[in-house]
Amino acid sequence: MAAATAPPDTEESRCVLDREGIDALVRELRADGHTVVGPTVRDSAVVLDELAGAEELPWGWGVELEAGHYRIVRRTDGAGFAHSAGPQSWKNFLHPERVRQWTADRAPDGTMTVRKEPPSPVSFAFLGVRPCDLSAVRIQDRVMTGGRHRDDAYRERRTGAFLIVVECTEPGATCFCVSMDTGPAAHPGYDLALTEVVDEAGHRFLARAGTPEGAELLRRLPHRPADEATSGAARRSVEDAAGRMGRTMPPASLRELMAGSLDAARWDDVAARCLTCGNCTMACPTCFCTTTEDVTDLTGDHAERWRRWESCYDLDFSHLPGGSVRASPRSRYRQWLTHKLGTWWDQFGSSGCVGCGRCIVWCPVGIDITEEAHALHQEGLRRQDGREDGAR
Amino acid sequence: MTGSDRPRLGVFKFASCDGCQLTLLDCEEELLPLAAELEVAHFAEASSDIRPGPYQLALVEGSVSTPEHLERIRRIRAESRHLVTIGACATAGGIQALRNSADGDAFRATVYAEPEYIESLATSTPVSAHVPVDFELRGCPIDRGQLLEVITSFLAGRRPDIPDHSVCFACKRRGTTCLPVARGIPCLGPVTHAGCGALCPAYGRGCYGCFGPSASTNMPAMIPLLRSDGMSDGDIVRFLHTYNVEDFAALEPPGALEED
Repeated sequence: MAAATAPPDTEESRCVLDREGIDALVRELRADGHTVVGPTVRDSAVVLDELAGAEELPWGWGVELEAGHYRIVRRTDGAGFAHSAGPQSWKNFLHPERVRQWTADRAPDGTMTVRKEPPSPVSFAFLGVRPCDLSAVRIQDRVMTGGRHRDDAYRERRTGAFLIVVECTEPGATCFCVSMDTGPAAHPGYDLALTEVVDEAGHRFLARAGTPEGAELLRRLPHRPADEATSGAARRSVEDAAGRMGRTMPPASLRELMAGSLDAARWDDVAARCLTCGNCTMACPTCFCTTTEDVTDLTGDHAERWRRWESCYDLDFSHLPGGSVRASPRSRYRQWLTHKLGTWWDQFGSSGCVGCGRCIVWCPVGIDITEEAHALHQEGLRRQDGREDGAR
Repeated sequence: MTGSDRPRLGVFKFASCDGCQLTLLDCEEELLPLAAELEVAHFAEASSDIRPGPYQLALVEGSVSTPEHLERIRRIRAESRHLVTIGACATAGGIQALRNSADGDAFRATVYAEPEYIESLATSTPVSAHVPVDFELRGCPIDRGQLLEVITSFLAGRRPDIPDHSVCFACKRRGTTCLPVARGIPCLGPVTHAGCGALCPAYGRGCYGCFGPSASTNMPAMIPLLRSDGMSDGDIVRFLHTYNVEDFAALEPPGALEED
């Protein structure tokens, strides 16, 4: 986990890696005992999976994104990190979809033994964390470990995780990290940050360390000092990316917008389109909700409690005696959006949205969180105008 | 538990292909422990040792499709403490319910050389249309793990953990990339009841709804998605009208689909 005291990011602490440097990076991380997870092409998508070597990175692949639409496309520049909004996020590794909590056994004399699940010894290195996703990890840190009820399984996985951010130089049409202030440049919290540069001077990476561990690893990789041309090209690529966001959020406090929109007509409009299939919550890098699952064997002498991902789109999620509290699709979509953009602030002190665009891309019917926020904003303005007209 | 202490299990078949009963026989490693906990009193597919009721747990496969079924399902219900229907036929009428909105006599005449020997009802209906059912386990066929969950929960006296949400939950949890979004493949996952573990999408094939509708569907929004993935209205009707035809048809907005 990134320490609070990062080495100063000066021109001297920066260096340049080429493709061999990335090969060595994966090799060294594996030699250090890390399970290296990064992007790779599988099933017509850039997915996150364990990497045996840097050759498995999606070199020469990009993505074409739209609401409800994702296609991988060939790139001629050989870039390895020119993609965004893949089907998974780092949550799949830090907050897995199903985790055993405890097991219980009943002896023949009737005595019960309950054992807490021991921590998993995994030590991840995440290669290719986008700045928006780094923000998502830090949001989940607060949710899972920031309060009174800490999640030991999450903390265990997170504490040992080494984070390598790759700044975003190729935002997708569904990206809006600039609106959420999470990218495309890396914010603190990483162990290493890379910026991919592909130009006439070659394919290379501007690298800098965010922690002493990152600096130590960087020294072990074949590298050369940062030159002005590479630093400048990296800076310009990230600045350009900031100007090429495919989506924006409305210019308003989203927290206040959500609080003031609880009875908006727009909820009926979006509910008519929403499949309530739950895809947005599962693809979201910050959605964290779970339910418990009790398993018994045929004898009834052995029982296990598991925790699995759950979603506010599931009727069972708010099922109480008497039925589901949020029975209508309208109430469930509203719950998701107002929590994500609004009440998350009250609960965790930040937005729950990082602008990665996954909920837009992976919604089968292409419901767009930014479009819904803009519509709610417009409806609010119209209502305000109406009130002012009425007052006159 | 031994001898007469064990709850008595009855497995019964109505109009069906036997695939769901086979799922019970497929529980190979669990079969002996299962027999230690339950007295298998009536399971014609497994044993010709058929014992009379009462049964503490009845698993009923198949739809009610003949005049004889009408009487038999009431008898089984009367003899059973806890009645669970298993599979699309028993829970939704099955593929044979295609005749419900068609000319059954014409079907009979087409299929059978001597249709006068066939005595069947005009409709194929789920067991729950005739007697109270304690739990419905969906699927064509049912999932082995879910069947064991229903049986172990019965033995433990707890509610079975069988989520009513969509297949999409299972795809995402399994890490399967969405077929409609990433490949434009038509898929009924967003409106289909989970339970199979999202088997077909994991092998690159769109879900064809064999578990029937999930608890929360939006068919008016689903139909345009299937069209945009290249299906004609006739394709969509055939896609929806298979093993759970009655349940899916009930969700289609009137006039939304024009059959070709």
